[in-house]
Amino acid sequence: MIQSVEELESYAQQLRQARAEVQEEINVCMGTTCLAIGAEAIKEDLEACLAKKSSGRSCKVRPVGCNGLCAQGPLVMINATDESHCETIYEKVKPEDAQRIIDCTTGTGEACVKDITCQVDIPFFTRQKKIVLENAGYIDPDSLEDYIAADGYQALFEALSHMSPEEVINQVRTSGLRGRGGGGYPAGLKWDSVAKAVSEQKYVICNGDEGDPGAFMDRAIMESDPHRILEGMALCAYAVGASEGYIYVRAEYPLAVERLNRAIKQAEKNGLLGAKIAQTPFSFHVEVRLGGGAFVCGEATALITSIEGNRGNPRQKPPHLSDHGLWGQPTVLNNVETFANIAPILRHGGEWYAQFGTEKSKGTKVFALSGQIKHTGLVEVPMGMSLRELIYEVGGGIEADRAFKAVQTGGPSGGCIPADQLDLPIEYESLKAIGSIMGSGGIIVMDETSSMVEVARFFVEFCMSESCGKCVPCRVGTVQLYNLLSKFVNKEATDVDLALLEDLCEMIRATSLCGLGQTAPNPVVSTLHYFKEEYLAGMKDRA
Amino acid sequence: MTAKTDTRFKQVDRTMRKLGYERSALIESLHTAQEVFGYLEKEVLRFIAQRLSLPYSKVYGVATFYHFFRLKPQGKHVCVLCTGTACYIKGADKILAALERRFGVKAGEATEDGELSILSARCFGSCSLAPVAVFDKQTIGHLDEAATVEACERMCDDSER
Ligand SMILES: Cc1cc2nc3c(=O)[nH]c(=O)nc-3n(C[C@H](O)[C@H](O)[C@H](O)COP(=O)(O)O)c2cc1C
Ligand code: FES
Repeated sequence: MIQSVEELESYAQQLRQARAEVQEEINVCMGTTCLAIGAEAIKEDLEACLAKKSSGRSCKVRPVGCNGLCAQGPLVMINATDESHCETIYEKVKPEDAQRIIDCTTGTGEACVKDITCQVDIPFFTRQKKIVLENAGYIDPDSLEDYIAADGYQALFEALSHMSPEEVINQVRTSGLRGRGGGGYPAGLKWDSVAKAVSEQKYVICNGDEGDPGAFMDRAIMESDPHRILEGMALCAYAVGASEGYIYVRAEYPLAVERLNRAIKQAEKNGLLGAKIAQTPFSFHVEVRLGGGAFVCGEATALITSIEGNRGNPRQKPPHLSDHGLWGQPTVLNNVETFANIAPILRHGGEWYAQFGTEKSKGTKVFALSGQIKHTGLVEVPMGMSLRELIYEVGGGIEADRAFKAVQTGGPSGGCIPADQLDLPIEYESLKAIGSIMGSGGIIVMDETSSMVEVARFFVEFCMSESCGKCVPCRVGTVQLYNLLSKFVNKEATDVDLALLEDLCEMIRATSLCGLGQTAPNPVVSTLHYFKEEYLAGMKDRA
Repeated sequence: MTAKTDTRFKQVDRTMRKLGYERSALIESLHTAQEVFGYLEKEVLRFIAQRLSLPYSKVYGVATFYHFFRLKPQGKHVCVLCTGTACYIKGADKILAALERRFGVKAGEATEDGELSILSARCFGSCSLAPVAVFDKQTIGHLDEAATVEACERMCDDSER
């Protein structure tokens, strides 16, 4: 049991010293992608080779979370703890490379295994700013000790001992942090209204449903650094006066569920969660709840209905969650990445955080780059970076150097952005202004081989099959929209269809009950705006 | 086999007990049930309804709402193809069509002989490997039509031997 700030700090000191005694850390990426292509076997081989070694520099093999450069996996990162030389990253590692890696790292071979060494001075690494992902790739997600050594739970203990709940909210407000789940609602404001609500019982919920098909930011955070989410939630609970929390995770993410559950157990056992944390009256319990693969359950009111054990139908707002949330009680619901920002904000102060990003969009954002882009993977960049920099510098440009056509942000609720808008800074408002949204962070790059009408139809098909059926505009409208788009794909559309398409989009947007329906036409509206010629080419008489 | 003798029912009951037989335990119980039984047969749904004092219609309604729950048994081998955005952009739709042609089933169904189920999923979070599929437990990325069909055939052949 860790009972005070001082105890936590001295324990962290001790752990850091122990870590520094090993000269070289051999960090094996065990993110979902690397695991899928054999990271486990590589880790075992590295351990076996290391066990046979008796001389040279001391090493330790450590399983870590996602490094981000998934396209080049499996990845092995070598860190010298005495900082005598910088990090080496090995890419596309195969089990048979294990011996050479151990030889080089222990200092009995060459300096490094040249043919699999990844260049680290490329923009992919140098242009990133890691706050949320600061520990990803450096700590073992299953090790509470690793998290504590990296200043984990320090912010929580400091706040409990030296700050009032209002001061915590003030820091979050000063930071300018906005919700990372898509909507961009200021986190400080949301917490404040729940703090002001009068109730015996309040709840904190973390939204780990990550429904956007083609995005994996939240998954990577949950799998790489689960304690960070728990600490963020506990700080929130303290700030608003809640004592119970839930993390709602997609059932398709078994590894995230497993790691979160383990983290909760570890934290409870060490007095970092549970009753009377840090010998204060503050208690906080967290449980994981599994989703069931329904996109609509990412929507706040539907998610709550689902936790209560029902079909995940959304409901009308107001009443807002801050008055009437889980089981009718005031509830804070934030996204995984939003909570992952909280501990660093409290550790360094809101003003520190506010120095990153732009006037209205502060801090950093994690993006999942995929599609026809060279460096597919996970990146964290300061807000305000242009889409061009993100795609061409950080992302390394288009695969096979084909021509860029569009980038899709915001998933099924977002839009397609054409080449002439690429210099736009990434901000909530600017993306909205051109018909897309920030969304949760999925960035899908498309080249000349993609048909925009078919892409729009893909997203509409998604919304059609994910519509919960509660309201007519969404349930029936998305089917009609799909049928209309099929006409364009099959080159059978007429002028009437084109006019109908535009009307239908507006009708669905204006009259649907929840965000799913309201935003479902976005991919159509944006492609219709920027790529109208492709729709025209899908018409009967003009084809 | 009845609910009394089959220990799998006990496992489902354990989840319900942990959550105090509250009605909100329904979804967690269904998850446990699917894990131990492989799919949700009627008898299991009835068992859960009775233990949680819920109408059977409610349990059935929830089980059919969420895509994750299966009400039919799966084939002996399972190929889950990702049809998320990144995989779609890289041709997952064509792969799915090829699979459906080759095995004569639609996504979500099992072949008549019960050998193979073809399922689709929305993003495994391995988008860098797109297009991706999971064959039984093995993930394979950078697929094309031929490679996917072949991987399914291989999976079925292996069990015949
Ligand atoms: C159809 C639909 C799906 C959504 N899916 C998610 C999701 O998967 N993850 C998420 O964090 N937010 C999702 N949201 C947004 C949530 O409703 C909510 O605004 C968000 O979780 C609040 O957290 P934040 O303020 O930290 O962003 C979705 C919204 C809609 C309308
Ligand atoms: S879209 Fe297929 S793994 Fe993400």
